[in-house]
Amino acid sequence: MQKRLKIGVLYSRVRVEEKWIFAAMEKRGIDYERLDDRVISFDLENPEPWRAFDAVLERSISYTSGLYALRLLNAFGVLTVNTALVAEICGDKLTTSAMLAKAGVAQPRNVVAFTPEAALEAIEAFGYPVVLKPVVGSWGRLLAKINDRDAAEAVLEHKATLGSVQHSVFYIQEFIEKPGRDIRAIVIGDRVVTAMYRKSEHWITNTARGGEGELCPITPDIEELCLKATAAVGGGVLAVDLVEHPQKGLVVNEINHTMEFHTMQPVSGIDIAGEIVEYVIANTSMRGE
Amino acid sequence: MSAITCPECEAQVGLDDGTEVGEIIVCSDCGVDLEIIALEPAAVQLAPMEQEDWGE
Repeated sequence: MQKRLKIGVLYSRVRVEEKWIFAAMEKRGIDYERLDDRVISFDLENPEPWRAFDAVLERSISYTSGLYALRLLNAFGVLTVNTALVAEICGDKLTTSAMLAKAGVAQPRNVVAFTPEAALEAIEAFGYPVVLKPVVGSWGRLLAKINDRDAAEAVLEHKATLGSVQHSVFYIQEFIEKPGRDIRAIVIGDRVVTAMYRKSEHWITNTARGGEGELCPITPDIEELCLKATAAVGGGVLAVDLVEHPQKGLVVNEINHTMEFHTMQPVSGIDIAGEIVEYVIANTSMRGE
Repeated sequence: MSAITCPECEAQVGLDDGTEVGEIIVCSDCGVDLEIIALEPAAVQLAPMEQEDWGE
């Protein structure tokens, strides 16, 4: 008789995505355990309880908790979706950009500096407007569009004074005049499962900021770029955000490794939670062969 | 359908069927985020404030 799979789902909050994932696990008869990242602890001298899992699906809201949990689990030899390496790359926008650059994947122009003075010089050379982004963070928070030198000086000083040390990594990106929308594509393994336009009058089109979703056809260009981008960061269950650049065409803006899909699943009609669970099962069985 | 009392404004907030522990609901009166910490009987607490490294 086939062994019943035991899968852990690491989470911080039961969002609708987690509800769908739990339901997909139940539907497939999987023995799954809910692992609240605020409650669990790891004893590094006793990894055995963790090795009881055939796989752990990471859905933490906290990047830090999720990343360190994945590092520990991978060190214990536990299969995770995604891997610690993928989380490390995707959770940090600058590291993502570095890996995309290495793989020659089209992306917006980025410049990086480590002091406000060097950042100001870089912005002046870059030309206005530019966008300053925190390297870690999500949901469109703390993005700043800088239209002139006065704004640059003010934001840089604020970031250096009020922010954590991470805010002194000045990640400067060209401002893209996009057509009131960007594209989010869900990639699971080597398949682009679905894609959606996120529309907004605001320059930040994130649906967490009120952007609206509309189904986007997966063109050969979108498919090729998404697969190249996900391969560059290690692959897995990923959401690729694309922007239609007026000169460069499609570019990869960022890649999320614990994506939300509460808008995408109903818009696409695709059971994304089920696809994720199937991917975890497939990886588990591949490992067992 | 069960209901909880909002710890912030004392409004009665109804819970949908299928509500789960760990889920966040919004108080319909004062708008505060509440985390479900128990069911049968239902209990809530103020949800943790959003942290800088939270996201997808």
